[in-house]
Amino acid sequence: MTDTTVFVRSQMEPAALPPKRSTGLVAWLRTNLFATPGDTAMTIIAMLFVAWLVPPLWQFLVTDAVWSDPEGLRGEACRFEGVGACWVFIQGRFNFFIYGFYPVDQIWRVNVMFLLGIIFILPLLVPRAPFKRTAAVMFFLVYPVVAYFLMAGGVFGLRPVPTNFWGGLTLTLIISLIGIIASTPIGILLALGRQSKLPIIKAFCVGFIELWRAVPLITVLFMASVMFPLFMPQGVSVDNLARAIVGIILFESAYMAEVVRGGLQAMPRGQYEAAYALGLNKPKTMGLIILPQALKHVIPGIVNTFIALFKDTSLVSIIGIFELLNTVRAAGSDINWSSPTHAVTGYIFAGFVFWVFCFAMSRYSIYMERRLHTGHKR
Amino acid sequence: MQPASQTAPAADAQRSRMSVSKSEVAIEIAGMHKWYADFHVLRDINLKVMKGERIVIAGPSGSGKSTLIRCINRLEEHQKGTIVVDGIELTSDIKRIDEVRREVGMVFQHFNLFPHLTILQNLTLAPIWVRGIPKAEAEETAMKYLTRVKIPEQAAKFPGQLSGGQQQRVAIARSLCMNPKIMLFDEPTSALDPEMIKEVLEVMVDLAEDGMTMICVTHEMGFARQVANRVIFMDQGQIIEQNEPEAFFSNPQHERTKLFLSQILH
Repeated sequence: MTDTTVFVRSQMEPAALPPKRSTGLVAWLRTNLFATPGDTAMTIIAMLFVAWLVPPLWQFLVTDAVWSDPEGLRGEACRFEGVGACWVFIQGRFNFFIYGFYPVDQIWRVNVMFLLGIIFILPLLVPRAPFKRTAAVMFFLVYPVVAYFLMAGGVFGLRPVPTNFWGGLTLTLIISLIGIIASTPIGILLALGRQSKLPIIKAFCVGFIELWRAVPLITVLFMASVMFPLFMPQGVSVDNLARAIVGIILFESAYMAEVVRGGLQAMPRGQYEAAYALGLNKPKTMGLIILPQALKHVIPGIVNTFIALFKDTSLVSIIGIFELLNTVRAAGSDINWSSPTHAVTGYIFAGFVFWVFCFAMSRYSIYMERRLHTGHKR
Repeated sequence: MQPASQTAPAADAQRSRMSVSKSEVAIEIAGMHKWYADFHVLRDINLKVMKGERIVIAGPSGSGKSTLIRCINRLEEHQKGTIVVDGIELTSDIKRIDEVRREVGMVFQHFNLFPHLTILQNLTLAPIWVRGIPKAEAEETAMKYLTRVKIPEQAAKFPGQLSGGQQQRVAIARSLCMNPKIMLFDEPTSALDPEMIKEVLEVMVDLAEDGMTMICVTHEMGFARQVANRVIFMDQGQIIEQNEPEAFFSNPQHERTKLFLSQILH
């Protein structure tokens, strides 16, 4: 431009490529790792930390570890000085970790249940899969019944297997899946109830949420296991596992309610007004307009609750239920396997299994968030 | 830019094409008062709107004009007096409120489209779930109105992908899909960039020419001149003055009206 105040552009400036220095590997390193002296220092410290941590970890988990035992899977294989992870122990007790005390000749029933579960849940998880409604009915209504009778037996000539024989990862998955599926709708209802204009409903929901949130889960489980039977009339007994699951559902639904409430509060009033102005009544406004958006906003919080629930299932070990962590602990105190590292290896294995499931949930939730993003705010 | 540049006779001729019923009352408000807690927002509102009539409500901000039209479909509750819409008196009876809302469309300043639904789903939701119209038929109607507001090609997009003007036209089409007898507009162009105001006003003029009963809160005085039968001026929760547009603009009576017009017409 010149120093005059009048300017009229005669030629349009064409779009051009950015300068070389701002793209490519060197530019990436410069902007991400060495942007400032502070950044450079942090990068060096982080690299030193990795160098300090990784080699011994690698040595313990891989090079010094006992991977196989030519003479069959025995505890002796890991009994020597300087042994690393005892993977033989995991191989030897693998069935126990997965199925608990379930009778060995009946394990096929558990496998069939897993297989059916995967077949039924996949159409629900894959957005483009067809027959969503059928799949939902199958998974949420038919599958629980089928799965229960497969596990418990007593029908169609299946040998009865009481719940105290259930265990391992199977039981962890059963408890958390029931917990997730049941606590979500209860939580949503509680969140809606908490916003209700009817004082009795509101008071009930607030009271329920505040009560269950304020109590540690361990207390809930102890109450369910020890106290509850005392209040029951003579001769009436409810299965220990069922009581624990109900406790977990009520506990987690209180958390879920607060997460959902956060989403409801983020909804602008205009969305309610637009729905009402079109003649939609309150339930339809909630179900079609408000909840779909509110739940989408709080997917991270919901999945956070799911993940917490999944890990919280390990607490049922305290009332003598052998879910994954408890089977690992029990196997660890087995004298036949005693070695310097087998117990630690067991916990590493349990931690890894928990991590795999939680990480999968986390990635799936990120995927859903992206998919449901419709590019808007308001 | 505004459709205000028409000469007075032309506007009159256009207005005369839009018929106003002499006998059928669309809305009747009598002795209506409303309070927000202690604050007296609407005071002694009396207003009779005939079928096919087009009314523009003007006034300074906080004068209660938005609150007034929001009372007509009971987004706001009034505490005294009566409001009768299409023969149905508004009380706390939810059934009647829903009945009224089915027949009264509303367009908001901030569009309030449903961001999680596509444009087409925004338009078909209420017909399907409130009127029980089959999906295919609802979609056909929706496409008809999208064509009328000149954006049928946006049907599969989400609201967030549209410009403000396009969103507001979708909002108008969404209301029209319910086949309403009355349309309420609450500052429909106030949140729009100047370049987009025109496209929305054109749709509204088109609607007026079709004989729709309309109540419109707006600052677009050109629009008022062109299509309104009556302009109502409000201040401090009261109707201060109402008149036919020509007389209203050329010869305002009340001091407050004169002041207001001198501020907004340059």
